Amino acid sequence: MTTTTSSARPGPTRKITIHPVTRVEGHGKVTIHLDARNTVTEARLHIVEFRGFERFILGRPYWEVPVIVQRLCGICPVSHHLAAAKAMDRIVGGEQLTPTAEKMRRLMHYGQIFQSHALHFFHLSSPDLLFGTDGTARSAFGAPPAQRNILAVAARYPDLARQGVMMRKFGQEVIRVTAGKKIHGTGAIPGGVNKNLSIAERDALLEDVPQMLEWSRRAVGIIRDFTMAHLDELRPFGSFESNHLSLVGQDDGALDLYHGVLRAVDSQGQRIVNDVDYQRYLDVVGEEVRSWSYMKFPFLKSLGPKTGWYRVGPLARLNTCAFIPSPEAEAARQDFFALTQERPNNITMCYHWARIIELLHAIEVIGGLLEDPDLQGDDLLARGPRREETVGVVEAPRGTLFHHYRVNRNDEVTLCNLIVSTTNNNEPMNRAITRVARDVLGGRPEISEGLLNHIEVAIRAYDPCLSCATHATGQMALSVCLIGPNGELLEQHARH
Amino acid sequence: MSNVTFTIDGREVSGRAGQTILKAAEASGIYIPRLCAYKNLVPHGSCRVCSVRVNGRIQAACVQTISDGMVVENDSAEIREFRTAILDMLFVEGNHYCMFCEKSGLCELQALAYRFGITAPQYPFLNPDRPVDLSHPDVYLDHNRCILCGRCVRVSQELDHKNVFQFVDRGYRKRLQVNGEALAATRLAVTDEVTASCPTGALMRKRVGYAVPIGQRPFDAQPIGAGNLQTEDSP
Repeated sequence: MTTTTSSARPGPTRKITIHPVTRVEGHGKVTIHLDARNTVTEARLHIVEFRGFERFILGRPYWEVPVIVQRLCGICPVSHHLAAAKAMDRIVGGEQLTPTAEKMRRLMHYGQIFQSHALHFFHLSSPDLLFGTDGTARSAFGAPPAQRNILAVAARYPDLARQGVMMRKFGQEVIRVTAGKKIHGTGAIPGGVNKNLSIAERDALLEDVPQMLEWSRRAVGIIRDFTMAHLDELRPFGSFESNHLSLVGQDDGALDLYHGVLRAVDSQGQRIVNDVDYQRYLDVVGEEVRSWSYMKFPFLKSLGPKTGWYRVGPLARLNTCAFIPSPEAEAARQDFFALTQERPNNITMCYHWARIIELLHAIEVIGGLLEDPDLQGDDLLARGPRREETVGVVEAPRGTLFHHYRVNRNDEVTLCNLIVSTTNNNEPMNRAITRVARDVLGGRPEISEGLLNHIEVAIRAYDPCLSCATHATGQMALSVCLIGPNGELLEQHARH
Repeated sequence: MSNVTFTIDGREVSGRAGQTILKAAEASGIYIPRLCAYKNLVPHGSCRVCSVRVNGRIQAACVQTISDGMVVENDSAEIREFRTAILDMLFVEGNHYCMFCEKSGLCELQALAYRFGITAPQYPFLNPDRPVDLSHPDVYLDHNRCILCGRCVRVSQELDHKNVFQFVDRGYRKRLQVNGEALAATRLAVTDEVTASCPTGALMRKRVGYAVPIGQRPFDAQPIGAGNLQTEDSP
């Protein structure tokens, strides 16, 4: 950490630069706005970069789209690959996939959920959570900055760090054998897939499933115990009541990350979007533009922008679904909801617990799929009547992901609209940091290390891909600014 | 026909009188990189990737005929550097995004770049603004990926007898043009040989992209020039 004094403004302004990087993917800036009595009026997460995939996909042939748009992200490219492929299935009339194609895609997707959730929990979040539990830190996640990185985890908890690495590797292997590459493959094509799973590929994965299952069970135990042990501190942390939105299984409301219908519930569990076909997502979701961010603010049209904002991602998915269709994860879900007496869980920090329950579900699904002989089938492609407009939706690791396209008769893409998970969580992330800033600042107009860390912990609960939501080039960084009542910059901290 | 004996990189090679260096080398199992040369076409000598040093002078191996006692340098450091520079310029002159191109793994330009160890271009990108012609029902033309090798011009004329393509303008303004308002207005059919002749992803069949999985594409298995030299044009 370095401290410098800036002479750009009258009066001393400290700029504190903190290394290493922030463990938030992308580039974010937080401004905290104070009134004359130094009370926080609002905190904003600014997304200041722009990638513009929606523009440069225009004019390209539609079959390129699943391969191009996945380059929005290097962590969950499979989500974009599959959302675009699902959209293009409808362009070629092939949305009734063959059993082999559907199961290969599901295997790819759950492999990605597994690797991404493992990455988030073990590599990005565990440094926040592990070091506050030994009684030396002031709070559950108030460990000294030098400890808050994956290397410190590896030094102190070598087994856990190794498990994280191996679990991520397993998920990436699942992606490799289904998509052709660990990152940015080509497995899903309009109307199906380009390969099945060989016996050798299947057997290599099956060998590791029992170990992955065991480590996933242990991870559920770790995050459950952490949450219960620090409940008093976690319950209010960055928390607020909200609506929740996700896909759920069409007929039974089951947790389904690959396909389903749109469901939203309010903070008390009342249904506000009742299992709507996602082809009609524009009837359900609107997007508000605010002048200070490139990232839009989605809301449910039935409620309007003021109260219609919602959360997506693991916590939202557990709140909307009726059950999890795999035994161990379902048992973990029931345990999870015992905390809130079966009502929706609105505790922001419970995103982590929900995420790890999904991790367990993902490995259960992978294990089941690998036993299915349909994966060795060779009927890979479906075709039907052509369409010109299409929507593809999947539940990405970070939440609901919408892809909307129009393709003309010459096969040329003429419209592209993407609402990515982090965009869906835009308002909730702003609420979370506002809450944290109010609680931590407590009338003192200064940016402490604790404030900086607590803001990051709140943002990280959502596991955001800031780069994918707006689409930055350049290095990841987070800077925090305090803004006075007249718009003047009081203080700025930057992490590079 | 009488036999002609000459050397390539010090190795004695024989061929038939009137044969080009490229064809004689191929028949002896020696690979000379090329882009504009194509099976059953009259040699053109436009891309210069097959350049070799012949008796001290740089010549295009696809057009230069062999003669007794000729000394050919093909795989010298100097020639490799020369070819690398040509490939590099072909890349920066167009918009070649291998990472998402459907021709990836099947593309001769990409395969040559790998063969010559080009991981990033040494010259600045020109980023030209070029159109994509998707008007034809079965074939599309992406000018971003065109390297002006002239294969399509000649295959259409010499093998398909149709004359669908031509070059217009000169120098750095030179570009490929279809003989009609757009591809849809030409006599091009998807079954024409020209559809499968493009060494890059400029002229492509529609709606079949990415059908071959990564790992099973021709150049995933072995580098260009390592397989059967007689059949490996335009996989």
